[in-house]
Amino acid sequence: LPSVPAPPQMRGSRSKALPDRAVVNCQYSMATFSTGERRRRPHGDRQAGELALHLKQTFEAAILTSLFPRSQIDIYVQVLQADGGNYCACVNAATLAVMDAGIPMRDYVCASTAGLAEDTPLADLSSPEEAAGGPRLVLALLPASGQIALLQLSARLHQERLEAALEAAGEACRALHAVMDRVVRERLREVTALMGD
Amino acid sequence: QVWQIRLDLHLLNHDGNIIDAASIAGIVALCHFRRPDVSVQGEEVTVFTPEERDPVPLSIHHMPICVSFAFFQQGTYLLVDPSEREERVMDGLLVIAMNKHREICTIQSSGGIMLVKDQVLRCSKITAVKVAEITELIQKALENDKKVRKEGGKFGFAESIPNQKITAFKMESAAVDTNNVEEQAEEIITKADPPSEVFAKPILHTPGTAQIGEGIETSWGDLEESEREEAAEEEGESEATAFEVQKMETEDTSTTREAKKGNCKTDRWFVCLDEPIVLSDSEEEEVIILEPQELPMKTR
Repeated sequence: LPSVPAPPQMRGSRSKALPDRAVVNCQYSMATFSTGERRRRPHGDRQAGELALHLKQTFEAAILTSLFPRSQIDIYVQVLQADGGNYCACVNAATLAVMDAGIPMRDYVCASTAGLAEDTPLADLSSPEEAAGGPRLVLALLPASGQIALLQLSARLHQERLEAALEAAGEACRALHAVMDRVVRERLREVTALMGD
Repeated sequence: QVWQIRLDLHLLNHDGNIIDAASIAGIVALCHFRRPDVSVQGEEVTVFTPEERDPVPLSIHHMPICVSFAFFQQGTYLLVDPSEREERVMDGLLVIAMNKHREICTIQSSGGIMLVKDQVLRCSKITAVKVAEITELIQKALENDKKVRKEGGKFGFAESIPNQKITAFKMESAAVDTNNVEEQAEEIITKADPPSEVFAKPILHTPGTAQIGEGIETSWGDLEESEREEAAEEEGESEATAFEVQKMETEDTSTTREAKKGNCKTDRWFVCLDEPIVLSDSEEEEVIILEPQELPMKTR
């Protein structure tokens, strides 16, 4: 559940403003009912801070920040249901929100996890698959140019298999891109139809 | 048997790429460490002291070593093992941790740099080569140390003291090519906007206090509620701001500073200071000067 207030306004201390581009500020929180056991602390988790930082880096690279000097773009994401791949869901949702807010980006940012289960690459791991302890690769991709915005790997993975896992994640991202594109265009059609009336 | 092992890393000399250095130091420390021997008989557990039985090494499955890559100019240039100056100007960083069996233990790309898949694969190949070298070095050093300990020679710190290796590691600062820098700096300066002129107009409130400039209107009332909840969860920050506020309040009296909380709408609170000119040297600690007018000073 992301929200991107638009148009971007500068909030907070002026001294943080960069003179030539926008600052991207991300906050990540999980609803208490999102995981199997009820979480007690939705904010202020170390994991939340780390995920927010990764989100910020990803979007700083993807949004055309040079078009909004001295301003700040806030992205607030809240996870309602966590079933593996929290970061990826956040990135995908935030991409749609940023698109919806009309902030220009280089390309859609699609993210997906990939893993390996005995030589078979898996895409988009669910939380039991993640908990199984196999290698897990998180990839945030800009599908058109094939550029990687963020790449993270946890647990051991043989170098030879890296490429296979990357491929699997890449394919999942591209499939996601097709879906996101379609959704954005439909929404655009709806909105223009409504406004046209 | 379950042991809890704690690894503390202290950074003595930061000349860039602390992740790599820390990973090497960590894994070598763990390999070198010996823990006390334990024997369990039924319900009885005996922990032997190092005098009774030789301490036992930890069972290390593999040695992951990190290698960092710094990217410049949107990925055109790639530097392995960046130094501190290079780190400061890099676009992004890629860290790959591998062990000598060529298994990648972790990859982290950070800094908002856009990578292409080939770059990542190439980096992983470079990493494999570097890790093999480093692992060999580590093995040699560990064996050396074991041998020296057995023979009773000097080892550990004692070995490096005469050479003053740890405390006085001097490296000539690498000369940085500054031929083009002047021209580029000129360009940047002419293009940048000149800083706006600030006119200082001291306002005299009472004899003894003066005020230069005015803080922005505080808009704290409406925001305080929602932000306080958020901030309350982030313990570190709220402690810091509480400390700041207290500091302001105590310093307030001795130097007659007016703290006005400006237009702060982020979760990190700032205190905007207007430093008045102290016209009188006050010997007393507690000097409370009553302002003739009501100043909008909000305190927590």
